Amino acid sequence: MPRKKALPHAVVPDSVVAVKEDVVAVNRDEGSDPLIRISNIEVIYDHVILVIKGVSLEVHEGHIVALLGANGAGKTTTLKAVSNLLGTERGDVTKGTIELRGEKVEKMTPSDLVNRGVVQVMEGRHCFEHLTVEENLLVGAYTRRDGKAAIQTSMEKVYGYFPRLKERRKSQAGYTSGGEQQMLAIGRALMANPSVILLDEPSMGLAPQLVEDIFEIVKRLNQEQNVTFLLAEQNTVVALKYADYGYILENGRVVMDGDAASLAENEDVKEFYLGMGGGDKNFSNVKSYRRRKRWLA
Amino acid sequence: MDMLYNILIAPFLEIAKSPSFFAEVVIGGLMSGVMYSLVALGFVLIFKASGVFNFAQGVMVLFAALNFSGLLDAGLSIWLAFPLTVLIMVLLAWCIERLVLSKLVNQQDIILFMATIGIGYFLQGFGEFLWTGNVRKLDVGIPQDAWFFGDIMIQQSDVFAAVVAGILVIVLALFFQYTRIGRALRAVADDHQAAMTVGIPLRSIWLIVWSVAGFVALVAGIMWGSRVGVQFSLSVIALKALPVLILGGFTSVPGAIIGGLIIGVGEKVAEIYWGPLFGGAIEEWFAYILAMLFLFFRPQGLFGERIIERV
Repeated sequence: MPRKKALPHAVVPDSVVAVKEDVVAVNRDEGSDPLIRISNIEVIYDHVILVIKGVSLEVHEGHIVALLGANGAGKTTTLKAVSNLLGTERGDVTKGTIELRGEKVEKMTPSDLVNRGVVQVMEGRHCFEHLTVEENLLVGAYTRRDGKAAIQTSMEKVYGYFPRLKERRKSQAGYTSGGEQQMLAIGRALMANPSVILLDEPSMGLAPQLVEDIFEIVKRLNQEQNVTFLLAEQNTVVALKYADYGYILENGRVVMDGDAASLAENEDVKEFYLGMGGGDKNFSNVKSYRRRKRWLA
Repeated sequence: MDMLYNILIAPFLEIAKSPSFFAEVVIGGLMSGVMYSLVALGFVLIFKASGVFNFAQGVMVLFAALNFSGLLDAGLSIWLAFPLTVLIMVLLAWCIERLVLSKLVNQQDIILFMATIGIGYFLQGFGEFLWTGNVRKLDVGIPQDAWFFGDIMIQQSDVFAAVVAGILVIVLALFFQYTRIGRALRAVADDHQAAMTVGIPLRSIWLIVWSVAGFVALVAGIMWGSRVGVQFSLSVIALKALPVLILGGFTSVPGAIIGGLIIGVGEKVAEIYWGPLFGGAIEEWFAYILAMLFLFFRPQGLFGERIIERV
């Protein structure tokens, strides 16, 4: 673990890029059209800060796709670009396109996207603190027009996945624990009957056991309800364990992608993200590594 | 000692001496409190749903009353003028949302606050431009007689205002608590972005809130207008809504009502019994002192939402 920190951060992209060519092929093999296709987007905040520098990725129906990377790599921004929430943060997709089932999302409002089955669960949960757990869920069904009975059925379904929420359904969301809030945030998203959930950093601030529980439920939702997930996560170990496919972002670029299993086996990923590199490296090796990189550049 | 006696004991002796007069003062206070509540209600609605402190609420009261009385003077019947004015207020809400709020999404609160001050000035000028600056009498047939219960006199118009305010509050409370839109409004108030992620369209929510606030402003405008005439001082009455809000809590509909009643009664009672000690006219500043005390000891107000903070 400590070794990961000792490595100069800037080294990562270049060293990983070399591997990219052969992994890309795996992704192209997917026969059907993707549910979400992001083609070469650039995102700029406040007209000056370039955060995403040409990210392309595909999410296929029924998959769990993980966006991995460190703080500031652009995971959250990519998710918000898809859900069209960037506008509220003075961010702007300046290049490239994002398509949902072949339809461009740029002209859609966030509520249009919810209507089309794309719901985001934001980083840090963002429950409605002063509403009760049950009211939170009901608000999640805001866009639905299929009547009270159907909404009630969905609510029972959510309670089925998260029995804990049922116990707390009359308490104000602000007073529930971090894990309960994460469950509530996912449950609230489920209330919209989504086909895709954009899940941002579900592990944030949760105990390891809870993180496993949450991912376990994500997997079940994926299999039983056929919900596609695009999730951003720093916890690479857990994310790769449950995901089907992964993209690794560094400084606003995709530096690597591939099947979750092959990513987990990849030497560079092991070293930089899973903290279990070769073992016989020490600080002097790191220095030479950096020198070599400069020559190549 | 004399001083303490005058402050702490003499007024109560006086109250004990003639309870029916005291009752009359209290009832008078309650009634003017209802009027404060009506104005405060408009503030609460907008603050709850958008976190914007709408400084223009007072002017909206005036603007609504001006339009209403203007239409009446133009010869329309009440039954035509009222829905027409409601329509004007909805139109106003639409314009405000379109031209101001939507351009300022996600700016800091203070910027939105400044924008509402601007809206206030604009409305004041625009109202004057449309209907001239004359004081208008407003008569919508609110009964003006008085009832006597023993020694106690009660104005029928005050009772009427209280009933109207009561109905309005009950309807609003039910609306916020139990309807789909009401829940969405509370959700937006809690977290704009999260509300957007579940597909609540912010713009239509704001339109609804400002329209409702416009409607409340109209009701308040009619009540005040028929009591003191429709004139520009109406917008100043809104300032009294500030201590009401601090007392009741910025986010609570019932708080706006109770706060209004407390301020109304408090300032009347203080004026009559303690006023002479300070040379009178303490009605003008009593509310603000009370508000300041509240800020010291209970900044969220009596019914305001507790600031939830997890540690």
